[in-house]
Amino acid sequence: MPMDVTHTKRDIILRRTRELGLTVIVVFAFTTVILLLAGAPPLDAYYHIMKGSLGSWVKLGHVLKAWIPLTLCACGLLFTFRIGLWNIGVEGQVMMGAVCTTFVLRFGTDGHAPLLYLTLACAAGVVGGAVWALVAGFLKTKGGIHEIFAGLGLNFVAQAIILWLIFGPWKRPGIASMSGTEMFPRDLWLAYMPHMRASPVALACAIAAIIATALMLRYTRVGLYLKALGSNERAAHMFDLRPRFYMLVAMICAGGFAGLAGSVQVAGVYHRLIPAISSNYGYLALLVVMLANYNVWISPAVAFFFACLNVGSIQLPMMLQLDSSLSGVIQGALVLAALAVHAWHVRTRRMAERADYD
Amino acid sequence: MLLELHNIHKHYGAVKANNGVTLTIRPGTIHGVLGENGAGKSTLMKVLSGFVTKTAGTILIDDNVAEYATPAEAQRRGIGMLYQEPLDYVELTVLENFMIGQTRGLKNEMHDFRERFHSLVAHFNFTLEADEMVKRLTVGERQQLEILRLLSCGIEILILDEPTTGITDDQKASLFRALKQLAAEGKSVILVSHKLQDAEALCDAVTVLRDGVVTGSMDTPYDATTLLAMMFGTPPSSPARAPADYGEEILRLENVSAPGGRTGLSQCRVAVRQGEMIGLAGLEGSGQGVFLRLAGGIAPPATGTIELCGKAVHGRDHHVFKKAGVVFLPTSRLEEGLMPDLSITEHFALQDRSRGVVVRWQAALETARLKIKKFRVRGTPDSVVESLSGGNQQRLLLSLLSKESILLLLEQPTRGLDVESALWVWQHLHKYCLRKTAVVFSSSDIEEIFMVADRILVFFDGRIVQDVRKQDTTISDLARAIAGKV
Amino acid sequence: MIEFNITILCAGVVAGAAPILLATLGETITEKAGLINLSLDGTIMLSAMTSFVITYETGSIMTGFIAAAVVGALVAAVVALFSIYLNQSQVAVGFVLTLMTRDLAYFLGNPYSRLQGACVAPQPIPYLKDIPFLGDVLFNHNIPIYFSILLIGACWWYMYRTPRGLILRSVGENPQACFARGIDPKRIQMLYAMCGGLLVGLAGATFSLCTKPGWGRPQGAEGTGWIALALVIFGGWHPIRAAIGAYLFAFLQVIGIYLQGWFPSVPAQVFQVAPFPLMIFTLLIINIAQHESVRTWSDGKAAVQSILKIFSQNMPTALGRPYRSD
Repeated sequence: MPMDVTHTKRDIILRRTRELGLTVIVVFAFTTVILLLAGAPPLDAYYHIMKGSLGSWVKLGHVLKAWIPLTLCACGLLFTFRIGLWNIGVEGQVMMGAVCTTFVLRFGTDGHAPLLYLTLACAAGVVGGAVWALVAGFLKTKGGIHEIFAGLGLNFVAQAIILWLIFGPWKRPGIASMSGTEMFPRDLWLAYMPHMRASPVALACAIAAIIATALMLRYTRVGLYLKALGSNERAAHMFDLRPRFYMLVAMICAGGFAGLAGSVQVAGVYHRLIPAISSNYGYLALLVVMLANYNVWISPAVAFFFACLNVGSIQLPMMLQLDSSLSGVIQGALVLAALAVHAWHVRTRRMAERADYD
Repeated sequence: MLLELHNIHKHYGAVKANNGVTLTIRPGTIHGVLGENGAGKSTLMKVLSGFVTKTAGTILIDDNVAEYATPAEAQRRGIGMLYQEPLDYVELTVLENFMIGQTRGLKNEMHDFRERFHSLVAHFNFTLEADEMVKRLTVGERQQLEILRLLSCGIEILILDEPTTGITDDQKASLFRALKQLAAEGKSVILVSHKLQDAEALCDAVTVLRDGVVTGSMDTPYDATTLLAMMFGTPPSSPARAPADYGEEILRLENVSAPGGRTGLSQCRVAVRQGEMIGLAGLEGSGQGVFLRLAGGIAPPATGTIELCGKAVHGRDHHVFKKAGVVFLPTSRLEEGLMPDLSITEHFALQDRSRGVVVRWQAALETARLKIKKFRVRGTPDSVVESLSGGNQQRLLLSLLSKESILLLLEQPTRGLDVESALWVWQHLHKYCLRKTAVVFSSSDIEEIFMVADRILVFFDGRIVQDVRKQDTTISDLARAIAGKV
Repeated sequence: MIEFNITILCAGVVAGAAPILLATLGETITEKAGLINLSLDGTIMLSAMTSFVITYETGSIMTGFIAAAVVGALVAAVVALFSIYLNQSQVAVGFVLTLMTRDLAYFLGNPYSRLQGACVAPQPIPYLKDIPFLGDVLFNHNIPIYFSILLIGACWWYMYRTPRGLILRSVGENPQACFARGIDPKRIQMLYAMCGGLLVGLAGATFSLCTKPGWGRPQGAEGTGWIALALVIFGGWHPIRAAIGAYLFAFLQVIGIYLQGWFPSVPAQVFQVAPFPLMIFTLLIINIAQHESVRTWSDGKAAVQSILKIFSQNMPTALGRPYRSD
C-alpha cells in the first residue's frame, strides 16, 4: 500500500517541535511532583540546578568536564546504534580505557617527556576501549551472546579489575583506599584553562570526535554500510555486505571513543584511577543518544543539557538536603516521555490513516 | 450444519479478491474449492474462518445469519480451519497444544484431556504421541493434531487449505480416511486445493474460482477437461516464436535436494543455457523459491551438485555466486531485497563497488536520477524506499541489477505491479536475454509465464514434473501438470 | 578468619538467596509470557527504598512489603505498556527505567539514609527447627525466606500443572496462535508482567527489611537485578533450574566472605564483585554448549550429551516480540 508522500521539511520540524514541547511539559510536571513528594521546594531546586551549572565560569568548567566524556561516549554509541546494536558495555569500555591510560602514565612519573607519555596514554586508552569492545563483539558474533549480556558481564569484569588494581598492584603507598591510586605528578595532567578547570585538549578531542563522527557516518562507506545493515540485515547479501564484520567495526569505533573518554577522565579530571572512574557516563550516553534521536548534531546539545543537570544537582545536597540523583530522574524521565509522546503521535496518525483506508 | 455463502465480497483497496462468491455446502459432504494461484480461494476461506472480515455479503449457518469477526468467534459457531502454515506451539508437547484454548482456571485437567485425546486418536486411527514435542512432528502429524483439536472444540465445518502440500503419501491416505469418516459422521469438510486428483478422490462436489468469482461447479463424477477449463479459462492461441539461439551451459543442478518452505525440493536435475528465459510454474511454495535460492547460492543443497560454468559451487559461500555474475531477487522486496530506511540514492551508493573510503555521493545521485528516469520509478532520489509503492520498489530492485550478470533469478518479479509496469519489466528482461544472460523467474500467473518464457518448468510438491519448450506445449497441458495430472 | 561451619554456610546461602530467588522467579514468569523486563535492577532499588520508608513511617512491616509489591508491579506495567500498546522497544524502555528508578530511589530515600529501621523478625518453625542440619538450614529463618522457598514449587506447579500456566506459556511461545484460539495475548502479557514485577518488588523489600536491612547509597542490593536477568537465562526459563542458579550465586557470595578471611591480601571488593562476571560468563558456556559444532562433537557420547542437556535453553519463542494486531 503506498504510504503518504513524504511530508515537507517544515511539517516535520513543526511536528518535532510540538513533540519536544509536550515532552518538556510532561517531564516538568513529573519532576515537580517528585520534588513535592520529597518535601522540597521545586522552584528552588530548579534554581539551584541552573545556578550550580551555569552560574559561574568555574561551574561551567565542571559542566565541560562532564560534557567531554559524555559526548565522546555518545559519538561512539552512534556507530553501534546505527547498526542496531545495544552497546551497554560502553561503561566497561570507558573503564578499560582509563586502566590502559593509567598503565602508560605510570611509566612517565619520573618526569621525562611528559607530553609523549600523555599522548601515548591517550592512545592506549583508545586501544584499551576498542579491544574491550571487541571482546563483547566477538562474544556476540562467535558466541551468539546478546551484546547486552556480554556488555554487562564485561562491565562487571572491568569494575573488578579496577578494584583489584587499586587495592592490589597499583595501591597507593600506605593504606589502599577507595580514593584510588596515587595521584599523578602535575606534568602528567592535561593542561587547564584559567578560570574554567577544563582541559582545552580534551575539549578539542570532543569537538573533533563530533566532527569525525558526523563525517564518517555521512561520507564514508563504513557509515553507509552500518546504516544499511542496521536497516535490514537480511538484505545484506544483495549488496555483498558482511553483517558480522561491520558489527565488529562498529564496536571498535564505540570502544575507541569510550576509551578516549576514560583517558580524559584519568588524565584530565581525576589524575589517577578511582573506582568510579567511568562515573556512569557510559550508561548516560546511551540515554543521550536515545533522546537525541540518534542524531550526531543534537547529541552534543543533549549531552550539554545532561551535563548541566549532573553538575547542577551537586548543589542539591548542600543547599536543600536533597540527593543529587535528581538529575538521573530527570534524564530518564525525558527519554521515557520522548518515547511516549512520539509513540502516541504515531499511533494517532496510524489510526487516522486506517480510518480513511477502509 | 448447512452452510451458505451469499455474494461474498472481499476487497483490498482496489483489488477485488472475492467479487461476489455464492456457494452452498451441505452437511455430511466434502466440498472442494478449486482454482489456480490468486483465484481467491484462500481469501474466501479466511473470510469464512473469521481470519479477515468480509467487505460485503452474508453467511448463513442453518438458515441463520452468522456474523463473526475473529477466528475464535467462528470456532464458537462451529467453523474451524486448518491453515497452510500451522499455528501451533513447537516447543510444547502434543497434549499441551491440544489443550490450549480449551481449558481455563487452576484445576489440572490434563488427565481428562489425555483421555479425550487418546480416544480421538483411536477414532481416526492416527499415530500421535501425547508427550512428544510438536517440533519433532512432521507436517502431516501436525495437521492431524490440529484436526483433532478443532474437533475437540466442537467444530462442525472443517476447512483445509492446501493440506496435501508437503506431506507423505501415507499421511495423505490417513488424512483422506479421516476426512471421509468426518463426512460420514455428518460434519462438513471444505477442501481448498489446486490438485485435481485430490479433488477427484475425495470430494462429493466441487466449486471452481477464478479471478475472484465462481466459474462453475460440478458434482462427482468429474470431467478433468471441463474442470481445467473452469480453473484456467480457454487458452488463447499462443504466438509462435522462433526458437532462439542459446549459448553455453551456465548452470547445472544434478540430483539436488534441499529443505525449505513446505515442500523443499527433491531430485532436481536442470541445466540452464545462456540467453534462455525460463519460467517456473506451479502452486506457490512447491519448490520454486527453494530452486531459485539454490541457484543463487543463498541456501546450500543437502545433496547433489551445482555447477556454474563448469565449476562446482554447491556449498560455497554466496559471494562466489555473486562474483560469477548470478543475481537473485526475492519476492519480499522490503524484507530481503531493499533497505527500508535508506533512500534511493543511498541504495545506488551501496551498489558502487569502487574502492575508496569516501562515498561517491555525486555519482550515486546522478545514477539515481538516471535510473529513476529510465525505469520510471515514481519517487525522488531522496525518497525513502519504504515510502515507495510495491511496483516502484520492484522497478528499483530491477534497476539495481548490473548489466554484466550471467544469470538472473527472479522470484515473482511482477507481483503487485500494474499491467503496464509488468509489460515493461518483461521487455527489460528480454533485453538481458538478447545479451546472452539467462533469466529464470517464478510466477503464479500461468498465462504470463506462457507469454514470456521460452522454456517452462512445472513444480509440483517439491519436484519438477515437467520441463518443456513453449512451442512443444499448450496452456492446458501446463495446467494439467500444475494440477498434478501429468 | 571465619570458622568454616557447613551448617551456617548452608543456612547463610538459603537466607541470602531469598531476594535473588524472588526476583529471578518473578522475571522467569514475565519472560515466559514473552516480555523482557530490563528494569529489574532499578526496580529492586526503588522497591527496597519504598518498603523501608513505608515501614519506617507506618511501623508496619506488612505495609512495607505490600508497598514494595505495588511499586514493582507498576514499574513492570510501564515496560509492558510501552511495549504492548505503544510499540516501543522493550529493551530501550527497560534500560531507561532501570537507571531512572534507581536514581528515584536514591533521591526519595535520601532522608532515610542510614536510619535504623525495622527488620523482619526471625520465625523458626517449632519442632522442625530441631532437626539436625536441615533444621538450621531450612527451618530457622523468617517468613520472606520461607516464602521464597515455597515459591519455587508454587511457580513450577502453576506453570506446568495448571491450565492458566499453560496459557502463560503459550503466549510466550506463539501469540498469533493464541489470538486464533481466543486468548488475548496483550492482556495476558500485561498481567504476567505485573505479576513478575510484584515478585521483584517483594525481592527489594526482602533486601531492605531482611537480608541487608536499611537504606543507604549504596544499599548493597545493587547489581542483583542484572544477575536475576542472567539467572533466568541460566535457568533456561524454568523455575526450578533458575532457583538452582540463584542458590549457586548466593553460594558464591557467601564463599566470597570466607575467602576474604583466607586471602586477606586480596581486596574485599573483588570478592564482592566477582560473582557477577562469573555468573554472566556461565552464559558463554551455555551458549557454546548450544553450538552446532559442539552438538555434532557430542553425538554418540551419551554422558556428555546428558550434561549438555542440563544447559539446554528453551527460550520462549516469541520472547521480546509482542503480538501486533495489525
